[in-house]
Amino acid sequence: MTTELWARLQFAFTISFHYIYPPLSIGLGVILVIMEGLYLKTGNKMYEVMTKFWVKIFALTFAMGVATGIVMEFEFGTNWAVYSRYVGDIFGSALAAEGIFAFFLESGFLAILLFGWNKVSPKMHFFSTMMVSLGSMMSAVWIVVANSWQQTPAGYRIVVNDGVARAEVTDFWAMVFNPSSIDRLSHTLGGSFLAGAFLVISVSAYYLLKKRHEEIAKAGLKIGLGVATFAALFQLFTGHSSATGVAENQPAKLAAFEAHFDSSAAADLYAFGWVDEENRTVHGLAIPGMLSFLIHGDPKAPIKGLDAFPKDERPPVQFTFQTYHLMVAIGFTLIGLTLISLFLLWRGKLFTTALWLKILVAAVLLPQIANQIGWYTAEVGRQPWIVYGLLKTSDAFSKNVTSEHIIFSLVLFTIIYAGLFVVFLYLLDKKIKHGPDLEAQEFDEAANHRLTV
Amino acid sequence: MEFTFDLNTIWFILIGVLLAGYGILDGFDLGVGSLHLLTKSDTDRRLLLNSIGPVWDGNEVWLVTGGGALFAAFPDVYATAFSGFYIPFMLLLFMLIFRAVSIEVRSKSEGKRWRANWDRAFSVSSIVISFLIGVAIGNVIIGVPVDRNKEFYGNFIDMLNPYALLVGLTTVAAFMMHGSIYLVMKTEGALQQQVKGWVNNTIIFFVITYVTATMATLIYIPHMVQPFRDHPEFFALAILNMLAIANIPREVNRGKEFLAFLSSSAAILSLMALFAVGLFPNFLISSINPEYSLTIYNAASSQKTLGIMLTMAMIGIPFVLAYTISIYWVFRGKVKLDKMSY
Repeated sequence: MTTELWARLQFAFTISFHYIYPPLSIGLGVILVIMEGLYLKTGNKMYEVMTKFWVKIFALTFAMGVATGIVMEFEFGTNWAVYSRYVGDIFGSALAAEGIFAFFLESGFLAILLFGWNKVSPKMHFFSTMMVSLGSMMSAVWIVVANSWQQTPAGYRIVVNDGVARAEVTDFWAMVFNPSSIDRLSHTLGGSFLAGAFLVISVSAYYLLKKRHEEIAKAGLKIGLGVATFAALFQLFTGHSSATGVAENQPAKLAAFEAHFDSSAAADLYAFGWVDEENRTVHGLAIPGMLSFLIHGDPKAPIKGLDAFPKDERPPVQFTFQTYHLMVAIGFTLIGLTLISLFLLWRGKLFTTALWLKILVAAVLLPQIANQIGWYTAEVGRQPWIVYGLLKTSDAFSKNVTSEHIIFSLVLFTIIYAGLFVVFLYLLDKKIKHGPDLEAQEFDEAANHRLTV
Repeated sequence: MEFTFDLNTIWFILIGVLLAGYGILDGFDLGVGSLHLLTKSDTDRRLLLNSIGPVWDGNEVWLVTGGGALFAAFPDVYATAFSGFYIPFMLLLFMLIFRAVSIEVRSKSEGKRWRANWDRAFSVSSIVISFLIGVAIGNVIIGVPVDRNKEFYGNFIDMLNPYALLVGLTTVAAFMMHGSIYLVMKTEGALQQQVKGWVNNTIIFFVITYVTATMATLIYIPHMVQPFRDHPEFFALAILNMLAIANIPREVNRGKEFLAFLSSSAAILSLMALFAVGLFPNFLISSINPEYSLTIYNAASSQKTLGIMLTMAMIGIPFVLAYTISIYWVFRGKVKLDKMSY
């Protein structure tokens, strides 16, 4: 293994583990706003108990996100020093903006969200919940902008100083709204809403199966289902829009999505398949010409294939193909799950159909998997470039850091993260088994009193 | 030292302000963590933990934003320092992870061993973080072997030199003192009496390490002293620093804990200012050749980016100050445990 591969492995591992948590925080944040909003609107204590229960789960995911997120902030400097010098002017400013506009907002109001129930008025508390949710989304905005610039650089020029090149901003807003920012941000947020909503759905379904906290579980399931249905359908549009953008801006990546080799031919859309790279074909189930149709509105339109790129500028095809197709398959499964659940709800059977509730309990894993492999598709599909068309990953890692350094830190990360994951699952399980705190109703009588007056 | 008030200088100052803000704010909660094991009962430990409960996360954001600002304004410094100090930075990250997690999970399970272990993790990580920050500052003061390509190949053992260890110890002492004063404000009764004892001891600990570190700097690190010879007006900072430190026991004895806390904040701020004056206009002083040093000019982003970032800072800072002040206001007074506490 080369130093480059170790550095990539470490980044992949630390970012994958980190990315379990922020989507949950973003998704749960929105759901907390809905729950607490319903409490303020109806004055129904059930919503208060429900909000407080989910706040505790939110706190756990948030803390894990913070703990593993700091690593990401500094890993660019430790492991990717050449990259950091190259993009500091641009990527760095987006990261700094995340700090000043998102992290301060989030962490400040989080204090009130978690500990301020008896310190501020219910309306002020609700405002804090909204600000935490807004902060978590602002954080996504800036980091996705930074990452999108790596995918589709815009608003920059290359300046060479003492023989060292770097990118400098020429147009800040063109950099922020680079061609893929909006598509990728909306797709990321949609994935986050799905992650949060399906956690609420899963836990609520679990309570219904166990016949515990049924009132809260039914209401929670409805809220989760509402958000999930919206998000699942939203992903259909953002996903399509993203793919069209990839076709235009990163043709090599699109060609890898569908393992399309021949530039003179129309491209098919596979439901699933296995790429035979040697014979440049795919064994699987395809809709002929469908990719051409989706991108150009014409099933016969040729699509730029992998043969248009030199071998050393193609992304790994099999990996990108598989992660992409699994993500799409999960996306459609989630749409199916939400629509069938809505149908069962309409027929009054959702809360009593045990088999379906069991499926919903397990479904919590699907958005998590889709979020992870969706990012693998985006990042591996960008290879061999770290900044598309400008800087190769193989030129971007720290020259003064050896493989031994990285192995040392990677081993420790693996041990620590494995331990953290066990602690996270243990506490999550414990909180879910414990359930909503019914005594909280009496405990906060003072606060409720203020509300009713 | 030429001083022109340009964008590069403004960003040198702003990053200094962010890091000083981190030292003052996270400094007290790291100090509370460092002293955590001195209390024995579960209630007292929970009181300590909850005294920083609503604010520690926001305090840490000052470090994260400082790092982001460094990346944006001086990418070469960010890249060179973080890759060169690879092992200590990784240790710092591991400790930050342990600390965040132990605060969050410590009280979420009732087991005695569970709590005792997370208490240890919380306290040890707080001490090690403070120490590593000091070691990093110490090495920056001495200078590091930055080569002509703006790289340096850091050797962890070299970084643990006596001077850096001394600065590390001073940082631990400063944060312990700062944290114990904060705790006097937040506690009452028997626990407060106990904490007042810590204040006296930590002040002594800090003054001893501080005086020793200052002597070592004066004797062994001439390049940190030269700027004060060239510009004697900056000696006012050293006087301010001494007065702030001297004022701490005075205010504690008068029962004015908040003024004591402001004094120790002023002491940390003036220490950072002394450090910044000694360093300016360098970020990383090359021990190989002064010409290779990374300065606010040869390591900076473009003027355009520095300008854009300044606009962002002007928009963002009023909000940040508003949140920070309101949060401390909402959670003012003695810490009490309730159902949502850690």
